[in-house]
Amino acid sequence: MAASAAVRTSVGLTLKLSRIIPDCSSCPLYGSKSCVRSATNSQRRSSQDTFRIIYRHLQTSIGLYHSDDGSSNTEDPDDVVNVVYVDRTGQRIPVQAKVGDNVMYLAHKHGIDLEGACEASLACSTCHVYVSDAHFDKLPEPDEREDDMLDMAAMLQENSRLGCQIILTRELDGMELTLPKVTRNFYVDGHVPKPH
Amino acid sequence: KKAKHSRCNFYGNVNVGRDVTINELKEAYHAVVLSYGAEGNRTMGVPGEDLAGVYAAKDFVGWYNGLPNCRELNPDLSCETAVILGQGNVALDVARILLAPISMLKSTDITQPALEALAQSQVRRVLIVGRRGPLQIACTIKEIREMVNLPGTKPEMLPADFEGISEVLKDVPRPRKRLTELMLKTALETPGEKELERRKSASRSWGFRFFRSPVEVLAEPRTNKTSAIRLAVNRLEGSGADAQAVLTGEVEDVTCGLVISSIGYRSLLIDPGLPFDSRKAIIPNSMGRIQHTPGVYCSGWVKTGPTGVIATTMNNSFDTARSMMEDMDSGALDVSAVKSGSQSITALLRGRGVKPVTFADWEKIDSVETKKGEAEGKPREKLLSVEEMLQVAQT
Repeated sequence: MAASAAVRTSVGLTLKLSRIIPDCSSCPLYGSKSCVRSATNSQRRSSQDTFRIIYRHLQTSIGLYHSDDGSSNTEDPDDVVNVVYVDRTGQRIPVQAKVGDNVMYLAHKHGIDLEGACEASLACSTCHVYVSDAHFDKLPEPDEREDDMLDMAAMLQENSRLGCQIILTRELDGMELTLPKVTRNFYVDGHVPKPH
Repeated sequence: KKAKHSRCNFYGNVNVGRDVTINELKEAYHAVVLSYGAEGNRTMGVPGEDLAGVYAAKDFVGWYNGLPNCRELNPDLSCETAVILGQGNVALDVARILLAPISMLKSTDITQPALEALAQSQVRRVLIVGRRGPLQIACTIKEIREMVNLPGTKPEMLPADFEGISEVLKDVPRPRKRLTELMLKTALETPGEKELERRKSASRSWGFRFFRSPVEVLAEPRTNKTSAIRLAVNRLEGSGADAQAVLTGEVEDVTCGLVISSIGYRSLLIDPGLPFDSRKAIIPNSMGRIQHTPGVYCSGWVKTGPTGVIATTMNNSFDTARSMMEDMDSGALDVSAVKSGSQSITALLRGRGVKPVTFADWEKIDSVETKKGEAEGKPREKLLSVEEMLQVAQT
C-alpha cells in the first residue's frame, strides 16, 4: 500500500500554490488580524493549512458574496464543485460545494456522519474517507503526517485519504467520498448527533 | 457542543465509589456506563524501584501536565542520562519533553513549575528501552517522527539491533512497515549534508535500546540516589507480534540518574460491588455489558485495557452504545420504570457535603486558565490544585 504513493500522479502542491499566491498589498485583509501570512498567525501552521486558507481568502478578495449555510445560489458558477458523499448505509448524498471547501467540514455542514475528533489537526484518523478512483490521482500527495495518521485508520485502502486534508478544486467536480463501514448508526431510529 | 445539550449534565468533583456508590447510581438511573480509563500503573517489580530518581511515567506525565496529585513530584533532573523503560507513545512523549528546546515548550500548556524545572535540567541523553526488538515496538510513527525531527537533538541507535529487519518488511502491514522503515532510515542510512550539520550541532541525544529488561535499579551508596540500571539481555523466540523475549543470562549496567518506567497503565477498581479482572486490570465484560451486572456498561480502556489511539477507543465506545440500544430494544434493559435520576443523586451528594461542579462551572475554570495563558503566549496556564479550581468554580 505504500506503493500507492508512487503510483499516484498528481499536480504538485507547489504548482497549485504558485498559480494562486496572492499579491499581499492588493488583498483587503493585508495587515489585518485575519491575514494568515501575518507573523502572529504563522505559529503552528503547516503548509497545508496555509494552502487551505489562501483559497478562502482569495474568494474574499474577489469580492463574492458568500452565505455560510452552504447554499450556492449567489456563487460564481466557476466556483461550484459538485461532490457526492456515500454514507455508511450506502446512501448517496449529492452536495453542491465550492472551490476551497474542506471535505470534512463540508460533510458536517450537510449533516453527513463523518467524525473529526481532532478538528483537522492531523492527530487522528476519524475523518477517513475513500476517494473515487477517477479523482484520487488529482489530489496532491499527502503530507507524511497525513500518511502517519492514515496508518491508524481501520480498513485502509489504496484510495484512502483523510477528509480534513482534501480541499476542493474545479477538477474534483464529480468526486465521490465514501465513508468506511466501520461503525454502525448511533441510534436505532437512525438519528445521528450533530458534530460540534 | 454535547456537554451543553439539554439532555446531558456534567457533575465534576464527585468521586464514584467514595461519594456515591454504583448501587446508588443503579437505583437512580436506568443504565450506568463506566468509562473511567486506567489511572493506575504497572510496576516493574524490581529492587530499587522505590529509590530517589525512579518515577512512573504516569506520575511524570501528570507532573508536567498539571495533575493536582502530581504537583509535588519534583523530579531530579540533575543527571546526564535518563533511561525510560517501555517504548509506547507515552515513553516517547516523556523523551520528547525531556529533550525538547525550552523555546518549543514555552508556547504549550505545560505547567510553569515544569517549564522552570526543565529549563534547569542537566539531562542530555535519553535511552528508550524495550524488552523485544524493533518489529515489536509499541509506539506509532507520528511520535517517532517527532523525535527524529526534534530540534537540537540527534539519534543514537545501535545498527546491530536492526540486523535482518529490512528483509522481512515486504510482507508487513502498512503501519508497521512505514514505522520500521523510518527507524531503519534513522539508524542505518548515512545522513545527507544538511542532516549531518544538524547532528553535529545537536547538544542532546536519544535512542532506542532493544532486547533489554530491567532487573535492578542501583544506587550510589552514600546518597542512595539512582546511579545506574541493571538490564537483562534478551533474545527473541518467534516473530511478529507474538515474539517472546527470553533471558540469555547476560546483564548490562547503564549509568543513569533518572529512571522512568512506562510499561503500561492499569485500571483501578473503584467500587467493590463491581467484578474486576485483576490480572488484565479490566472490568470483565462482553461487548461493553459488565458481567453479572445488568444495567451497568463499560467503555474505553477500563473495558479493553490501556492500548489504542483515538479511533480505536472511539469505535469501542460506539460498540458499547450499540449494546445498550440492543438491550433497550430486546427489553434486557428495562426503561419503562420511572427513575429518580439526578434529583435523588444531587440530594444525596448535598447531604454528604459533596459540591458537584457543573459544566458552566467548568467553563469558568476553563476561562480563567485560558486568560492566564494569554498573558504568557500559552493556550492556557493551568490551575494546579483542586482548591483553586473549586474557588473559581464557586464564584
